[in-house]
Amino acid sequence: MSWKHSFSTSIGKKLQMSFTGLFLILFLLVHCYVNAQIFWNDGGAKFNEAAHFMGNNFLIRTTEIGLFAFLILHIVQGLALWAKNRSRRSVRYQVTAGNKTSPWYRRSMGLLGTLILLFLIIHLSKFWIPNRYAQTFGSGELNLYTRMREEFSITWVVLFYLGGCIALAWHLVHGFYSSLQTLGLTTHKYKKMINGIGIGFSIIVPLVFALMPLAFYLNWII
Amino acid sequence: MEHHTIGLTLKVWRQKNNKAKGQFETFNVKNISTEMSFLEMFDVLNEQLVAENKEPVAFDHDCREGICGACSMYINGRAHGPWHNTTTCQLHMREYKDGDTIVVEPWRANSFPVLKDLIVDRSSFDRIIQAGGYISVNTGNAVDANSLPIEKHRADESFAAAACIGCGACVAACPNASAMLFVSAKVSHLALLPQGDPERKIRSVNMIEQMDKEGFGSCTNIGACEAECPKGISLENIARLNREYLGAVFSGDSQNA
Ligand code: SF4
Ligand code: FES
Repeated sequence: MSWKHSFSTSIGKKLQMSFTGLFLILFLLVHCYVNAQIFWNDGGAKFNEAAHFMGNNFLIRTTEIGLFAFLILHIVQGLALWAKNRSRRSVRYQVTAGNKTSPWYRRSMGLLGTLILLFLIIHLSKFWIPNRYAQTFGSGELNLYTRMREEFSITWVVLFYLGGCIALAWHLVHGFYSSLQTLGLTTHKYKKMINGIGIGFSIIVPLVFALMPLAFYLNWII
Repeated sequence: MEHHTIGLTLKVWRQKNNKAKGQFETFNVKNISTEMSFLEMFDVLNEQLVAENKEPVAFDHDCREGICGACSMYINGRAHGPWHNTTTCQLHMREYKDGDTIVVEPWRANSFPVLKDLIVDRSSFDRIIQAGGYISVNTGNAVDANSLPIEKHRADESFAAAACIGCGACVAACPNASAMLFVSAKVSHLALLPQGDPERKIRSVNMIEQMDKEGFGSCTNIGACEAECPKGISLENIARLNREYLGAVFSGDSQNA
């Protein structure tokens, strides 16, 4: 069985979702850690230092390319899976079980993912794109801390970011468990632990992210 | 339990054949004993229809004791009705109250085409079994059952997976119409035993291949299958199938068509 074939069967596609998803989870952790430097409340000194490192380190910039490749694969494969799975039941049920047989978020990964994608487009266009643009063609790196303060003084932006964090949290609750189930790790012995870590991660990381716009908006930090 | 009789309104899917476009038909049944099974209630309905010179409702059934998996009915949005770990033939009418309306649909999945009314064609499951759900044994006398020692908990787990009756409720309940729980049960009960070893590397690969070919959806770990399975087949079996598959494709010696 060739590699290409191994990854194109239904389990193979799940494996693609799982590997890329786990990589994105790792990225979230790093991103969260770096951005949490704003909470030192030192006018962004520590944060800008970390952001400067992330934006200029050769290895990290190379990984960034991989990150985008994985992100795109995750999105394209995810949407394709959603469409394909929907087409497997052409005549739909008159009455459905709803939440009686499965929690809503497990059935709504496509929708939650799409919401996160919308968030991501706005998010990148506010920070990442202008910064890389300025770095390459303009007058050098932007002060991302100042930029955060400007953006997060606008009410709709803050609300939009909170919405993005909520969608992310629900997506992660299922995504974390699901990716490890796909790798076959959710055995009797590890299931409880994996679920616990997954739920913890899905609450803590989006919560820390959500506190960032709030901290600026409510003037918790200068 | 106290016995009494009830009357019901039934909205049942009627479809002449595989090609025809189906529709719901509404019936009223009276004098249904709460001691009856759901299928016996359908027997009453069908006798009523025969007496009226109408075509009875076609539905699948065989053992009527919860072990064959034939009795596929999607009842008020639930595979085999609302009871946990229960087939339609074991669902009893004491669940319902006088005057209730019950919507009964066939399993709906493109891989389970409707043959007539509530009967669907589940031969796609047979073809998945043929692709890998077997073991090679020598012919001749049966070997002594105790010649091969098997750990107790492995035997138990294998037995639990072997309890799958191939009813298809997992596919019916899955929003993706995926057959992963069924395939995982069939792979698991063999993978856990030494007898399953010779074909181990090709079994999961070939069965998954056939499952895809039959047009089932992909598993997204929703878990509705586990909730609706009459035999309590656990999602841990799907994790095991995923491991079997990974083991097969990464080991480099899995060969198949
Ligand atoms: S896994 Fe359960 S629901 Fe699926 S076919 Fe087997 S017994 Fe039926
Ligand atoms: S008729 Fe055999 S399980 Fe219901």
